[in-house]
Amino acid sequence: ERQQTLPRPLDSIHMKLLTHNLLMCNNKGCNMNNYPLHIRPVQVERKEKQFNEAFMRHMLGKLEWSAIVSASKALNFVVPEEIPAEQDEPFLRTLHQVINELDVVSGALVCSNCNREYPIENGIPNMLLSEEEV
Amino acid sequence: IIVFVRMKLKQLESTLQDVQGFEHPSVKLEQYPTSAHMAAHMLYTIDTVYDDIEGKCVLDLGCGPCILGIGAAILGADHVVGVDVDTAALEIARSNCDDYDVTDSIDLVQCDVSQFQCRGGDHPGVSSRLVDTVIMNPPFGTKIQGIDMVFLEKALNIAPVVYSLHKTSTRDFILKKVNEWGVQGEVVAELRWAIPMMHKFHKKKTLDIEVDFLRFSRSTT
Repeated sequence: ERQQTLPRPLDSIHMKLLTHNLLMCNNKGCNMNNYPLHIRPVQVERKEKQFNEAFMRHMLGKLEWSAIVSASKALNFVVPEEIPAEQDEPFLRTLHQVINELDVVSGALVCSNCNREYPIENGIPNMLLSEEEV
Repeated sequence: IIVFVRMKLKQLESTLQDVQGFEHPSVKLEQYPTSAHMAAHMLYTIDTVYDDIEGKCVLDLGCGPCILGIGAAILGADHVVGVDVDTAALEIARSNCDDYDVTDSIDLVQCDVSQFQCRGGDHPGVSSRLVDTVIMNPPFGTKIQGIDMVFLEKALNIAPVVYSLHKTSTRDFILKKVNEWGVQGEVVAELRWAIPMMHKFHKKKTLDIEVDFLRFSRSTT
């Protein structure tokens, strides 16, 4: 499914890469290579949001960077493969764009280990396991 | 000179009055809405006494209509994640976030808390916790036994600081249990929660329950 960029509808909840950075595969027995989840985007929007340098610096130490790199690639965005030694404002602004301003509206999160797919619908990822899986 | 004027408690409570509750609350999930009064008191204390909201990443576990998450966003949390198992509750949360114009700060995730795997300190090889603070009003375990401790254990795997409400009658058990997990618990306040009795089988209009507002943090090593 191709990625589309559509005009933004009324304000609503969408998944940011900051949240994606948290999520792992929930599937029973899937314990290795279950993070990060691969993003398969269908609808993504970009919305300008307020840049907060202090929050970016605060988050930088807590982000799993490899997940940022792979998630950005999935959304056709480029970030450095490693966190640069000098984290100046231009870098932090790029980071802000990537983790805050890319809104995933629909698509799926896919586990590289067990291939389980978690749909993202109307901006909310659905991590519920089915009755058979539990 | 920059002077930060923190929103007053009364203002916060008044602001949160318009958060919509559950439309068809589930008994099994113990869906009782956190009142604006209780939410405001919790959030105000977390913010002004402990400084665990502003500029932080906050997670509302079992968010329901998301009053705690919305309040955290209003008080300056820079990123809030609301997690709930119930589709209907998440739609109400979405609508509330829209109404309060906090959709830029809040993401929602649908997940069963007992299944929720969140990148945190209990997964070897993966780095530090992203979430700074969990704020929650979990089910008490009157329908699904032990679910309160499931929520608490998950929360403590997610963040170094957790704020939660639990029945006062379970206080001793909880404080002892968390010590086994290497966690310190303290009673921030004792509250009386007048739960609106919304179902046909309820005989009274409200049920007063003594609840503890608790703060948990990992003992620093």
